[in-house]
Parts: sequence; structure tokens; C-alpha cells
Amino acid sequence: MSAALALTWRQYRLERRMFWRNPSAAFFNFVLPLLFLALFGAIFAGSQEDLDVIVPGIAGMSIMTTTFVALAMNLVFLREQGVLKRLRGTPLPSGNYLAALAGHAVTNTAIQLSIVIAAGALLFGVGLPEDWLMLATFVAAGVICLASLGVALSHAIPNFDSAPAYVNAVFLPVIILSGVFYDADNAPAFLRDIAQALPLTHLIDGLSAAIVTGASFADHLDDLAVVLIWAALGIVLAVRGFSWEARRG
Amino acid sequence: MRDLHKSYGNVHAVQGVDFEVAVGEVFGLLGPNGAGKTTTVEVLEGYRLRTSGIVSVLGHDPGGRPRALRERVGIVLQSSGIYRHATPRELVAHWAGLYPLPRDVGEVIELAGLGECQDVLSRKLSGGQSRRLDFALALIGDPELIFLDEPTTGFDPAARRAAWDTIRALADLGKTVLLTTHYLDEAQALCDRVAIVKDGRILAVGAPAELGVGASSRYRVAWRDESGELLSRETDDPTALLHQLTSAALARGTGLDDLSVSRPSLEDVYLELTAEAAAAGEAGIEAGVEEASR
Repeated sequence: MSAALALTWRQYRLERRMFWRNPSAAFFNFVLPLLFLALFGAIFAGSQEDLDVIVPGIAGMSIMTTTFVALAMNLVFLREQGVLKRLRGTPLPSGNYLAALAGHAVTNTAIQLSIVIAAGALLFGVGLPEDWLMLATFVAAGVICLASLGVALSHAIPNFDSAPAYVNAVFLPVIILSGVFYDADNAPAFLRDIAQALPLTHLIDGLSAAIVTGASFADHLDDLAVVLIWAALGIVLAVRGFSWEARRG
Repeated sequence: MRDLHKSYGNVHAVQGVDFEVAVGEVFGLLGPNGAGKTTTVEVLEGYRLRTSGIVSVLGHDPGGRPRALRERVGIVLQSSGIYRHATPRELVAHWAGLYPLPRDVGEVIELAGLGECQDVLSRKLSGGQSRRLDFALALIGDPELIFLDEPTTGFDPAARRAAWDTIRALADLGKTVLLTTHYLDEAQALCDRVAIVKDGRILAVGAPAELGVGASSRYRVAWRDESGELLSRETDDPTALLHQLTSAALARGTGLDDLSVSRPSLEDVYLELTAEAAAAGEAGIEAGVEEASR
């Protein structure tokens, strides 16, 4: 067991090192959500109501970039380059490898969320989270959901050149619809209906309750359920179609 | 390695390939592109599942990709990427941690000829250097058996020589090597035994010299005699023959029209073998039908 953990840890450390040496990946994962937070924080300065929306919204977006976006892009790249195939020829078990990759993504999520929450408390008057347990539950559910959906999306992307197009085609509409930048309840009804079907909307609702309003966990179990349903779907799709090799032709 | 044995049903890519590689042997699969070499090797490596047949690699069925087998095998794929932001030394050191009994990192870097570029990011390596890194990563686990899929395709002559030296060094270490190539001279230079593969079948197996692959050391001398007839003769000693021909021509006071000296190409060997295979194939097809009808 400890040998398996050590192996996963080694692989995890390699993934961490590679991440920081690749400026464009680091930018997409780290700087972009924080840049949005700074920009919208500045725009909404003085309006606590809007700031209370943007902080949990960016927190949700951070979870999505560090898991969904990062894993979809990363896996397509590693698959197309043949790194996955090469690793598959070594004794490293697939489970340890995927655990290391997931651990790497979750580390980014944790760092990113810490920054967003700290900024919310120190700069934007949102205060520290009201309910830490609820926060942890929603973050965990969101990570599982969006990470598995990211892996699932990577199966649909034919090659690395088209990866940004595929990823953004999903990512951008979802963050806009799900109320990252505004209160989704104020959107027109048909957009609200679409948003209600998306996991990020419910994740942000849960985060908002945990960080800002302090509404009771019991009132948000339906949000958690939607996120978990998407997570189940994502896991099934991620495991089915997983390919270690670039497509031919 | 004992008893690497593999046969397929009548499947498109590989149709009834059957061979055995002995411990410490350098065995080559020689054939043109699309002959089924890579498919065959990838079945042995565990990347592809066979349709039928029996395969044993170091006593394991590679189909289930047992970890115990992966620990004893080194793989150089035809092409495969690597972490672009890591140096060869870091990568070799990392790979060492994936195996139970790795070789020394510095030693492998030397053996693969990565000494001068060990601290360069892998994305800045040249094609030849990347290939050397492939070798190093396949060697670090101290495998008993090494698969090399087209190890020198696309190399310049100097890089090929360097790669050959590395492969010979592996053989000297007592490793078993299974390589694929479409270069006749490569098979000749490196392999103890060669299987000639075409259209998913093995046409011949044997030491390069036995196979007529060795025929490339023979020369074909062609010329036109006094009566205008085109003659040709094969010889191991073209100097003597040419001397004979030219002195006779000088004595006659005539020229030697259409004089040429050539070596049989891989194509000649193929053509010869495929012609033989076509003839022998009749019997094989009948046997196959009989077997299928049972």
C-alpha cells in the first residue's frame, strides 16, 4: 500500500513540476479566474450585493477551470503526444497514474479557492465562509463532477489543435449561463431554465450559501443532488471511451 | 525469454505470424511499411489484443498487461511523446522510480549517448536526441527484453550508426532485443535472426546470411558481349570478374557496352521470396480451408 502511495506521490510531484514550467497552462488555470475576480471586483466595488454574487461565482468558475478545463486539455495533449501510451508500457499502474493526475488538479482547485475566499474576505467584504462543512461538501462534489466531465469531454476531442475550441465551446456558455458574473435569478426565464439543468449553477448556489448567506444545508440538498447526478453521468462517460492512444487517421 | 510464440487467425493485419525468440538474441522483423510489423510488436507489448493465437512473452500472456511483465520489458515505440518541460536526466530519474530494480541513471544516460543534452528541456531536443531519450527510458528498468519499433527511421547516417552502437551494447549486456525495420542493412548489421514479413505473413526466418538477405554482399555484373547479347553474372568478387572482362575486351580491342555492377536490393529479395511464397501458398491455403472446415 505504501509503495503504491509512494508511486502515486512521485507521479503527482512530476505533474506539479511540469505544470509550473508550462506558462500557458499555469495562466489558464490560475491567472484567468483571478483576473476576472479582480476586474469584476473593481466594477462592482461599492455594491456589496454584486460582490456577494461574484465571489462564489468565481469560486465555482475556479473549480471548473482547474478540473474540467485543465483535465480535458491535458489529457488530449498527453494522448495526442503519445505520453499516455508510453506510460502505459511502464509498470506504473493506470490507477496510480490517474490518481496522481486527479490529485494534481485538486491541488490547483484548493490553491485557487483559498485565494478566491481570502480575497472575498479581505478585499470584497464577503467575510469568511459561514459553513465550512457545507463548503467542503460542495467543493468535493463539484470537483468529482467537473473533473469526470472534463475527462469525458477529452474523449470527444479528436486532436490537440481542436481542443481549445471544444473546451471553450462548453466552458464559456456554461460560466455565463450559470451565473458566475450575475445573479442567475435575474436572467430571462428560458436562460434560467437552461441554467437550472447545468451543474455549475447548482454548485455556485451551494457555494453561495456556504460562503455568503449561511443558508441551511438542508435547503440546498437539491443543488447537491443535481451536482451528484452530473457526477455520476460524468464518471460513466469518463470510464467508458477512455483511450490511451491517439486516434489513427 | 523462452518461447515467444504467436499465431493469428486469418485476420487482415497479421495473418498467421509464428516465431520464437531465444534469450539474448537480437531478432528482427524486416518488411515494408504496412507489412504488419508494428501490429505484431504491439500485440507482444500488450497494446493490442490478438484476435486469436497463442502469445507468450517471458512466460506471460501480454494481453492482460501483467505488471510483472511490464517490469521486465522495455519499449521503444515508433513514435511517442514525452513531458516537454522536463530534461532527459529528470525523466530518466523519474522513470527509474517506476521499476523495482532500475539501472543507474548516470550509466543509462551514458549508454544512450545523452551525456551532452541531459539538462536540456526535452522539447528542445533534436530528433536523434529524442530517440536516444526513448532508448534511455526503455533501458532504465533494466529489462530482459527490449522492443524497438523502427528504431532508426528518419535518421541521418551518423545518428543511425550511433543507434546501432547502442543496440549492439544492449546485446552485449545479454538483453534480448526484438526490433522491426524496413532497412535491409539494419537487419543485417544488428540481427542474429530475421523474419521477413509481408502482408501480415512471415515469408522466411533465419540468420541474415542464410536468408539470401546476405545476398546483398553479392554483386551482379552485367555487360554486352561481342554478339550483342546481354549477359550477367553474380559474384562475390567483382574485381576479379571485371579484370577478366576488361582484359579480354582490351585484348580484342573492343569496348564493353552496357557494363554495370549492382547489388541486389531488398526488393529483389522480397520479389524472390514472394514468388516462392505464392507457389508455397497454394498448399497453405488448402491446409487452412481444411482446418477451418473442421
